[in-house]
Amino acid sequence: MAKKQYAYYPGCSSQKGASASNFSTSLDVMCDKLGVQLNEIPDWNCCGASIGYAEGGELPRLAIGARNLALAEQNLPGQDMVSGCPACWLASRETADRLNAHGNLMSETNEALKEVGLNFKGSVKPRHMVEVMVEDIGFEAMKQAVVKPLQGLKIAGYVGCQTNRPFGIAGESFENPQYLDKMIEAVGAEAVAKFDQKVTCCGGALAFSEPEKAQKQIRSIIESAYDHGAEMIVTPCQLCQANVEVYQSEINKKQGTKFAMPVVYYSELMSVAYGGNAKQSGLDGHIIQPKKLQDIAK
Amino acid sequence: MTVQNQQAVARYRNDFLREVEERVEDGEWVKMCMQCGVCAGSCPLGNAWQHTPQKLFMMIRAGKREEVLTSDAMWMCTSCYNCIVRCPRKLPITHIMHGLANYAHRLNIAPKGQPTREVAKLFWNNLAKTGRVNELKFSLAMYFKDGFVQGIKNAMAMQSVGLGLVKAKRLNPMELFGGHKCKDTGSFNKMIAKAREIEDRKKGFTS
Repeated sequence: MAKKQYAYYPGCSSQKGASASNFSTSLDVMCDKLGVQLNEIPDWNCCGASIGYAEGGELPRLAIGARNLALAEQNLPGQDMVSGCPACWLASRETADRLNAHGNLMSETNEALKEVGLNFKGSVKPRHMVEVMVEDIGFEAMKQAVVKPLQGLKIAGYVGCQTNRPFGIAGESFENPQYLDKMIEAVGAEAVAKFDQKVTCCGGALAFSEPEKAQKQIRSIIESAYDHGAEMIVTPCQLCQANVEVYQSEINKKQGTKFAMPVVYYSELMSVAYGGNAKQSGLDGHIIQPKKLQDIAK
Repeated sequence: MTVQNQQAVARYRNDFLREVEERVEDGEWVKMCMQCGVCAGSCPLGNAWQHTPQKLFMMIRAGKREEVLTSDAMWMCTSCYNCIVRCPRKLPITHIMHGLANYAHRLNIAPKGQPTREVAKLFWNNLAKTGRVNELKFSLAMYFKDGFVQGIKNAMAMQSVGLGLVKAKRLNPMELFGGHKCKDTGSFNKMIAKAREIEDRKKGFTS
């Protein structure tokens, strides 16, 4: 069967040696088994992320977003743009929506794009990897590819903010979306239904600038996972993953807690369930080791 | 007061709402707010805000220009988009907060040394240079933003986190010498400069 083709926008954090490089790694087995081919957009640039607004302003942000869209349009015509990172997806989709809705912004942005020899026509559809999973692959196919069910694992599905808002996955609620729990169950694990911090903000980029406020958010997310019996947290977001995993040691140090809750990507679950080994599934990219998942992956 | 701020005051006089509508990203939505307060109650950092979005919208309409633009409030936005999806009038509140922060920053009347303002500036300058974020240089720039001695202290305090990331191959020390970037950074820089030039002209920042 021919593989489904997508123009892939990895984003800065998913590059080799960057903070979400193990997410990239874990995509290989998952996409292979689900018949998805990701074609990297040549020479893509940063999306500006959620904190780019202050110095960037509107038009420079639209210009960097449109450069990626134009590169996809020109080099990988007819393919939807797919990003694994919610911030990249959000920025790209917002750029495409705004430029298509406002002719003046489109022509001003294209004037800036002339400097890099590009022109955006507006035809590319930016999508999130989770949209591809839910809408193009479907839960049934996710289930059928399983060779090693993750039986007995209790997992808190932490959706976070930007995968879920403002666009979200079509047909899902903003307050209590179900797709991540369904993905957890598709690979044979148990989704912790009572985890009540599913869509709580981890503090985002303010983890750097307002560490105490962000760590308060992170603490409530981890506590809820523990309180409801989860053995690990799973998330579709690179910044959520980093914030919730990395700052546990800081919170322990400052507040006397003993947190050691593994935080992994849905794609690591899929990769393991589809037969990938620990390394192929990116399980070696953690500060808090997801031991139960590593045991299954062996 | 900066020259740009003086020019803005002279141009709009007491009509701060019009100034926001014309110069702040998505500012034309401000007058749609019906003061229900759902945004204020939905914000994860709500109690850290000097003025909630609801208050800021009313303050804009009341012409409280200085209080709004020098407020610490909109710098507390984590971009979680809770306010946007819950607003019964569908105001793009997150974007308006970003727009207000950006406008206050451009006029250089935003609070000096505000941590998110500082970090945001370092982040944009980092990505604008090569087209991609260099996480190592960004982290170091944050640690050392308040001088060398404080930088060493900050770096030491976060040492175990940093080493953990290096061990997990999620932070590469070699990024200090080059690292990932776009091919033609010169043209990339020109593109951003061009976009900024157009925006400045549109918003009246240049004479």
